[in-house]
Amino acid sequence: MSATKPAIFNEMLNGEQVRSAYQNLEKWYRSMPAELRSLKQSEAEALFRRVGITFAVYGEGGDPERLIPFDMFPRVMTAEEWRKLDRGVRQRAAALNAFLADVYDRREIIRAGKIPEHLVTNNEAFEKAAIGFRPPRGVFSHIVGVDLVRTGPDQFYVLEDNCRTPSGVSYMLQNREIMMRMFPQLFMENRIRPVDGYAGLLKKTLASVAPKKCQGEPNIVILTPGHFNSAYYEHSFLADLMGVELVEGQDLFVEGDFVWMKTTEGPKKVDVIYRRIDDAFIDPLCFRPDSMLGVPGLMSVYRSGGVTICSAPGAGVADDKAIYTFVPEMIRFYLGEEPILENVPTWQCAKPDDCKYVLENLSELVVKEVHGSGGYGMLVGPKSDKSTIESFAAKIRKNPDNYIAQPTLALSACPTFVEEGIAPRHVDLRPYCLVGETIELVPGGLTRVALTEGSLVVNSSQGGGVKDTWVLAE
Amino acid sequence: MRLSIRHITRYRFDEPVRGIVQSQKLWPADCANQRILSWEVTSHGGQTGAEFVDGAGDMIRLATWRGPLSEVTVEVAGEVETTDSYGVLRDHRERVPPSAYLRPTRQVEANAELKALSAVALKGMENASALDRAHALSRAVSEAIEYKPGETKPHTTAIEALSGGVGVCQDHAHALISVAHVAEMPARYVTGYLQATEDGTPHEASHAWAEIWVPELGWVGFDAANECCPDERYVRLGSGYDALDAAPIRGLVQGATPEEHLEVEVIVSAGQSGQQQQQ
Repeated sequence: MSATKPAIFNEMLNGEQVRSAYQNLEKWYRSMPAELRSLKQSEAEALFRRVGITFAVYGEGGDPERLIPFDMFPRVMTAEEWRKLDRGVRQRAAALNAFLADVYDRREIIRAGKIPEHLVTNNEAFEKAAIGFRPPRGVFSHIVGVDLVRTGPDQFYVLEDNCRTPSGVSYMLQNREIMMRMFPQLFMENRIRPVDGYAGLLKKTLASVAPKKCQGEPNIVILTPGHFNSAYYEHSFLADLMGVELVEGQDLFVEGDFVWMKTTEGPKKVDVIYRRIDDAFIDPLCFRPDSMLGVPGLMSVYRSGGVTICSAPGAGVADDKAIYTFVPEMIRFYLGEEPILENVPTWQCAKPDDCKYVLENLSELVVKEVHGSGGYGMLVGPKSDKSTIESFAAKIRKNPDNYIAQPTLALSACPTFVEEGIAPRHVDLRPYCLVGETIELVPGGLTRVALTEGSLVVNSSQGGGVKDTWVLAE
Repeated sequence: MRLSIRHITRYRFDEPVRGIVQSQKLWPADCANQRILSWEVTSHGGQTGAEFVDGAGDMIRLATWRGPLSEVTVEVAGEVETTDSYGVLRDHRERVPPSAYLRPTRQVEANAELKALSAVALKGMENASALDRAHALSRAVSEAIEYKPGETKPHTTAIEALSGGVGVCQDHAHALISVAHVAEMPARYVTGYLQATEDGTPHEASHAWAEIWVPELGWVGFDAANECCPDERYVRLGSGYDALDAAPIRGLVQGATPEEHLEVEVIVSAGQSGQQQQQ
């Protein structure tokens, strides 16, 4: 890693030249009067408020009622760029699921010496209760959110994987919906691939993993912790789009070999549960005994094949930051392929040599907690002063196992509306990969943007916003 | 030794409850230490359902009752032919890797005192075998916690038991698991029954101990409360990270939570070995 500042890839401009994918958008922007722009911006805000989408993405905390800023300038990807991402993300989702099926069964990858045993079995997210059970089609993580950043024309890196219950897909859908409503012309001038097939694909995916005991059309439900949860909007939104029931733990009960939903016409059997509740809370008779959110006895029905839980309990062990380093190895081990998408080089402070390097180069690195999320508890070296770095170094020395470090990547920048017009702001991308009978993703994802000039932190809790994400047709 | 077990758990409620869900881990696994001759679990008035064998080799079954209920009874009756294997769990079918049993749950988490207890017990034993180290830890726990019923509660932790210096088998097991973890030895909680009268007469016999992973032998039981390893007087029921995870019955009452009275009656008697009984 060199200390020289790498060039930032501008998604729209190649020097002075506008890239072909952005040509229509650039004209659109130049021909838009300032008054219209601010009018449209307030219209967008009003629309977001009206649909009630105000939650923080990815359980980032913060004020759940706060509106996440929507930037009207779309992020565009060409068909060719998308082809690579599509293949790369699907490859990764396949390998992560193969890994999960393996670590809860024969643990071949550990026996082969490719991953240290303690990183897996000693991991908080590793569930003893999942050992020896093969969920339908061997799928553990049915919705895989892969966080990507771009640093060059062909350079994409995976920042992290999300195998449990990645959120934010409702933003992907609503961002598009609102853009189409406000700027229908844009969607006639550009050949943009639709994303509204997501709900149908999700339903098809969930139906495809119905348990063997289910005959006929499976009854699918979304299990939410309730309306106090910051992502409740998304839970009800997805239930609506799929035409399935949104339930809380208290709406379900187990009896005999199945899980039942209370309805006015009497109990109705439930076959597939898309749960948006953490493992620890889904069954007080198996996990946390004080949980009021789950369904007592659910794990017994699950393990005896009476219901499918999506994602499968224990899926989280695949998206741990310490496991992340080994994903390229998983791809080679299980699929016999070379990874299409690269990992960000990562130093593990648990290793003494790595830790030494990290402590010596803190001012150039990004340091994260192994189990942390949402941009909290991390150090962005180049943006931190000396005392911050020193106090962080003390934390690393005290508990090195808890930290990993990565180089500060030159995240690509996408034109974004600012006071004076447009300016490049750093972005990332989270596509949502669906894994069931097939592995598919809708062409698009959620683009998050760091609205503060120069900021590399796109998390909404740290002042990030969202954008519509276009994938152009061939 | 042929042991005959009768284990009755009765919950009585001051006010009727709407329903009950139980996850029962009440079936001893058939292995070289114990042959299950007969075993029956009856959930009186309840509906049994989903059952499976978990990764640790324990069968778990769901039982539910619809209310209103003022009492439920779960009855276990069975006969087991046991063999003394010096505490070693032999031919037990399970799939959980030993390394998964290093987890510091609330009840087995170590503090400075438990760390010190572990370190002192193992002082000078750096080159000793894992088995000898495990015995040393078990001895240390027996000495540090005096057996005294009624002083601790079901939710008492290893930290609390050690600081109080008194406890029952559950507390000894928790403390032993804790000090084993400190020494980076996988350890787990085991529930079961113990036939403890010399003449084989029936008596209260619900019991718990710890198993420590000894690479050369596998899982080895240590009963720090009785300063011994499980032998033919023991019947092994199930295992887990701690008492909560290993509990023979985990249940949840639906509706208002009135005062609950729990009665447990466990009787183990030694049958005449060699005598064939018709099942």
